[in-house]
Amino acid sequence: MTAVVEENTASSAPESQAGAVASFEVTLRIRRYNPEVSAEPTWEEHTVTAYGTDRVLDALHKIKWETDGSLTFRRSCAHGVCGSDAMRINGRNRLACKTLLKDINPDKPITVEPIKGLPVVKDLVVDMEPFFASYREIMPFLVTSGNEPSREHLQSQADRDRFDDTTKCILCAACTSSCPVFWTDGQYFGPAAIVNAHRFIFDSRDEAATQRLEILNDKEGVWRCRTTFNCTEACPRGIEVTKAIQEVKRAMITRAF
Amino acid sequence: MAQTDATPLVASPRSPYVRRKTTRGNFELYSWVFMRASGVVLVALIFGHLFVNLMVGDGVHAIDFAFVAGKWASPFWQVWDLLMLWLAMIHGTNGVRTIINDYAQRDLTRGVLKSLLYLAFTLTVVLGTLVIFTFDPCPPEAPAELLASFCTA
Repeated sequence: MTAVVEENTASSAPESQAGAVASFEVTLRIRRYNPEVSAEPTWEEHTVTAYGTDRVLDALHKIKWETDGSLTFRRSCAHGVCGSDAMRINGRNRLACKTLLKDINPDKPITVEPIKGLPVVKDLVVDMEPFFASYREIMPFLVTSGNEPSREHLQSQADRDRFDDTTKCILCAACTSSCPVFWTDGQYFGPAAIVNAHRFIFDSRDEAATQRLEILNDKEGVWRCRTTFNCTEACPRGIEVTKAIQEVKRAMITRAF
Repeated sequence: MAQTDATPLVASPRSPYVRRKTTRGNFELYSWVFMRASGVVLVALIFGHLFVNLMVGDGVHAIDFAFVAGKWASPFWQVWDLLMLWLAMIHGTNGVRTIINDYAQRDLTRGVLKSLLYLAFTLTVVLGTLVIFTFDPCPPEAPAELLASFCTA
């Protein structure tokens, strides 16, 4: 795909240097919402020139910086670590800064929407507060005793590996906002909160596993998970989210029986 | 930023998204485990039921009023059918309860649907249990032409 575009550019523009990055036109179909103008969201199309190395975020930047400064979205690091720019791109939750335009068929308009299930504040910016409220509820901090500041809490490599997967979470909300159970009424704790609880429940140094299991043993806790795997598919960090949720369920069952 | 009177009021988007109350407890845990356990038991019960009714002996051609009456004369089949009825009804009702919880967005809708569900559950289970235990193939006061052949024989 890229190779073809490169050849075309090379033949049509003889002055372009060999190895130059191919450029192409791409249309972004963006869901705009501004409550100060209209209560209804609208779709807006922008066409920009992009390069083979460009990500969706670069296209959004180009629109914001060169065409329409009112386009609103979050981004901080722009390199897939801060978790600010999760959005629904072509119907799937992804980070705009990790999605290359050439990977998602730029021949057709690319739809860009805010993540679902959280209240939209403006354009692609959603209110993350309900998401973080659930995160706070599961006590996302180490609870332990002994070895006061003077010494380290030692841990074997095997013990560290036990929860390695869930330490990767960047709290972008791509998983929680891809969960159909969360979409219904926003009462479910959501995969992200459970993943971060998992990170401490299975940490050999932590002493509040029972408390966290108690918190998640709620009508709106892990038992609302229907294992649809939307979260695992959405996670930009490749965390096996559904597996983590199942492990928390299993811990609860072994504790109860 | 200057706010004019024309600026429409934007409702706080947060209100409906606060978790309304803590609902901790083992109920959902037990219901989750029950769904798995009863599922396994039901597979055995239902396939046993199908095997005995449709394949053993004359198979499906043997099924008539007398066949059912004969089965329910034995405490073994009474218990088998009772278990099947109860487990299937609780399993199914719990499944539909979960679906209602997942899809009904308003509390009122949810309440109405669940009330109907529990009503249907109670009716079916009570009637079914009653039939299994009080079934009499030859009621003494019934007219003879309505009775099965083995009653008059």
